[in-house]
Amino acid sequence: MTTAPAVSAARGTVAIRSENLCRHYRMGETLIRAVDGVSLEVRAGEFVALLGSSGSGKSSVLNLIAGLDRPTSGSVIVQDRDLAKLSREELAKYRLRVVGMVFQSFNLISSMTLAENVELPLRFAEVDRSQRQGMANEALQRVGLRARMNHRPSELSGGEQQRAALARALINRPQLLLADEPTGNLDSHTGTEIMNMVREFNRQLGMTVVMVTHERALAERYAQRMIFLADGKLIDDRPNAPTGVHSGTGGGQS
Amino acid sequence: MKIPDLTELALRNLRESLLRNSLTTIGISVGVASLVAMLSLGIGLQQLASRRLVKSGLFDTVVVTSHRDLRGMGRDRDEERNAPTPGESRVLDEPARQEIERLPNVLEAYPDIRFVTELRYEDKAHLTMISALPESAKSIDAFEGMQGNFFSSDTAPEVILQKTFAEELLGKTPARGGDESNVADLARPLLGKELTMRYAQRAPSPAPASTTSAPTTNSTDSDLAGAAYSVVSREQRLKIVGVADLDPESMRGPTRAKVFLPLKLAESLHVMQPTDLREVSRAASDQPVYASISVRVKNPAQVQLVEDAIKKMGFGTFSILDATRSLRQFFAVLDLFLGIFGSLALAVASIGIVNTLVMAILERRREIGIMKAIGASDGDVKKLFFAEAGAMGILGGIVGVALGWSIGQVINLGTNVYLKRQSLPPEHFWAVPWWLVGGAILFAFLVSLVSGLYPAGRAAKLDPVQALRYE
Repeated sequence: MTTAPAVSAARGTVAIRSENLCRHYRMGETLIRAVDGVSLEVRAGEFVALLGSSGSGKSSVLNLIAGLDRPTSGSVIVQDRDLAKLSREELAKYRLRVVGMVFQSFNLISSMTLAENVELPLRFAEVDRSQRQGMANEALQRVGLRARMNHRPSELSGGEQQRAALARALINRPQLLLADEPTGNLDSHTGTEIMNMVREFNRQLGMTVVMVTHERALAERYAQRMIFLADGKLIDDRPNAPTGVHSGTGGGQS
Repeated sequence: MKIPDLTELALRNLRESLLRNSLTTIGISVGVASLVAMLSLGIGLQQLASRRLVKSGLFDTVVVTSHRDLRGMGRDRDEERNAPTPGESRVLDEPARQEIERLPNVLEAYPDIRFVTELRYEDKAHLTMISALPESAKSIDAFEGMQGNFFSSDTAPEVILQKTFAEELLGKTPARGGDESNVADLARPLLGKELTMRYAQRAPSPAPASTTSAPTTNSTDSDLAGAAYSVVSREQRLKIVGVADLDPESMRGPTRAKVFLPLKLAESLHVMQPTDLREVSRAASDQPVYASISVRVKNPAQVQLVEDAIKKMGFGTFSILDATRSLRQFFAVLDLFLGIFGSLALAVASIGIVNTLVMAILERRREIGIMKAIGASDGDVKKLFFAEAGAMGILGGIVGVALGWSIGQVINLGTNVYLKRQSLPPEHFWAVPWWLVGGAILFAFLVSLVSGLYPAGRAAKLDPVQALRYE
């Protein structure tokens, strides 16, 4: 398994490809088709937004790409790995090495300091203690939280927590950044701050970004491509010229 | 994940819900404490018993007899000595005794002298069994709590009485059922008084009444016609120096003696012994010949060795080795049962561990989900819960051993206070050997790991998508 930094992934090659991807599950008598035959391609270094209303299946697609869930049928291939064919152990390694994730609710572990949260993936990767410290410092430096590394998440604002989560997602230098409503719990100003960071990672580190959001405006500002989902099906896939951000202007929360 | 990381995370998690994990750990401690308490009681009792038994002289003693009793009575002694074929009968005389004493692992070998005779005290005659004691008998248990002193020397004309005989002398009937009479009360009027022992002396013929230490000669020379020795009736005055509380010869059953003489004195008296009649043929010898010899071995474990060596010399032997074996068996069973009862509390505590960890999984579902999302494998999650269970086990084990040890000390102290009130000597019947300390902690650790098996498996199988949805 490669641990090469994201920059080495040649831009333009296919990073993610799904074919007729399905994720069905039963809830009592009814069969729920959360993802129903989605076929898409994301190229390396692309910034893609998955859009749709709640229940459209956008988060389910993201979880399948993240290797947190397995498809009922169809395939999802990330950097030549058919995720459906990986063992649980291999999937864990994939999540550890290839994917960085951020969530709407930050998902930091409340009993740990920021530094400990950020270096947690390194513990799973069995990186030496001495090396871990430096890598965590560097990652926190990048998101501007070096000074607060010994604070617990509850002592920080939402924006700071999400920045810490970004630092954690970066620590193993993944090629893929998956963001699930990363600004959903933030006000527009801090949301913008976070999105600028994500774009920076995309541009400077060459990370492929897939972001789930229900805010079209947000997607229009940052994404190079917008994929629309409804009822588990892909309904539209169109390129977008990101407009960038004009700090302070509205449209953050709809 | 690496072991130091696992330990660190596990301890951190344990600290996070301190109250619950402390209570669970205390549960384990109580379980370990009860196990340690039970087992150390069993071990302590076993040690006490073997200490007592070694001191009693029962289990380190080999009784040696001559095969002559059974055959070859008329054979020439010299001929026998020249051909000491194993299994052949041999005379149990002084050279043989010395030879036995020189065997490895033998502390001492002394002749068994015991005879029934008449003792006069204040003009009343009492018939009783008398036996001779070597100087080393001073240290054996049976003389613990004795009033007065042990013999001043090995040849002193002194006597030690067993309590029941003291009662007999004083004309007291032994109390039935109720309290035993106090040995101090019995000893007071008797210590320092004199007894007169009348006995039959075996005198070499044809020069009777010329032996040593026969202060009063009341000779009625009863020359057995044609026999090689004569029997002379004699008297010996003896001073009462001690009254024994316990019964030193309890294991000898009906032949046990109630009156004891110093060994060298008894030897010098040349008392006619019951077995002498069977040894007529060698009465003329200048060397003393013994009916039996008691051999004390350094350690009960070497009894078998010494017995074999003596058998090779051509003597018969007898020991109570089998009894020690069954004693050990008894304590093994006792320890097993005590251990099972002690483990019950630990079993209950292990359910506590399962409960605590299952609760922790529910509580930390989201955390498990996060860890999996950022790359933790099933194995990592499983190991983390194992580490938590193991840490609780080790902590509980350490605290439990300390607790069990303290309980033991308190009970030991309490019992000794009680023993002191009953004017009995203190005893140490509580032993916590190092292997028990280590074993108990290891056992607690293993029990905890087994308890962690189910929760850890459950945590590892948690679906991260579900877990992350959980608030």
